[in-house]
Amino acid sequence: MKEILAKQRRYVWLAVYLIVTIASFAVGFNPGKEVFGNFTKFFIEMISFIPVLFVIVGLFDVWFPKEKVERHIGQDSGIKGIFLVILLAMLQAGPLYGAFPVAYILYKKGASSKNIFIYLGAFSSLKIPMLGFEIGYLGVKFTLARTLVSLPLFIAVGYLMEQYLKGKDFKVNQI
Amino acid sequence: MANNALVFISITIVLTLVSFALDRQKTILGLRKGLKMFQNIALPFLNILILVSLTLYLVPPSLIVKYLGVESGYWGLAIAALVGSVTLIPAFISYPIAAVLIKQGASYTTVATFMTTLMMVGIVTFPLEAKYLGKKVAAMRNILNFITAIIIGLVVGAFL
Repeated sequence: MKEILAKQRRYVWLAVYLIVTIASFAVGFNPGKEVFGNFTKFFIEMISFIPVLFVIVGLFDVWFPKEKVERHIGQDSGIKGIFLVILLAMLQAGPLYGAFPVAYILYKKGASSKNIFIYLGAFSSLKIPMLGFEIGYLGVKFTLARTLVSLPLFIAVGYLMEQYLKGKDFKVNQI
Repeated sequence: MANNALVFISITIVLTLVSFALDRQKTILGLRKGLKMFQNIALPFLNILILVSLTLYLVPPSLIVKYLGVESGYWGLAIAALVGSVTLIPAFISYPIAAVLIKQGASYTTVATFMTTLMMVGIVTFPLEAKYLGKKVAAMRNILNFITAIIIGLVVGAFL
């Protein structure tokens, strides 16, 4: 019983909102109607491309499993190393704090500090599923501009961090 | 928006057909995975749409233009960078918010800065990051990324 309740709780906001909206229309409460107008616009926007986006994300996941890329990442710190960590980052999903465990794996595998920070930068804002969202909401132009401007800057941050860490005993801890 | 969606749908149909032709089982597995992920985010997403709809009603566009618009200058940039650094909003939720901000008159500079600090600078998650990287290194990374985010915002704003 408790479990069922806990599950139902997820729907509380939606339920409250629906009740308030129905009530607003029943008594002619204008703010409620306007909020519903906004909601409908957003909802149509969402339903028109988000399911499609997840088709792409799912297909991407089966064709380019990130484990495969992970295997190839190691000491190579040249252009190829940079390219691989960026690719690895792009294949992932989730918030930045989810990237630190992967940074630890990279560190264990002998990736350079530069590449670890490039990875963190790319992870934060070049993830493919997220780029899909960004294109859908903010347009191709914005996404492309932001991505192209960000990329060289992340790589620069990687180099700067490497300079900063020179001679220091840098390590990524496991927690 | 409608055009973006159409382009999206067409590309997806083509990709799915290609994938299906190459490997039927992989494709079905991929579609299942996608559906599962969609199910997981559908509810939090609806909730955020409610919140955004409500906020949009309560916060008049003139206020957004004043504080985040093209005329807001350095203050707009500072507000966007700080709010983005402090808050912890999942990325997929930040996009509808960013889209609304732009529609209501916020500048591309402030929105790009906000989104970048949101993604790259984490004050709330700093203790966690410090455990992995050490305090000094984590602080350095956040500071560098904070500066980077402002540069990104300015350059993107100059382009668009």
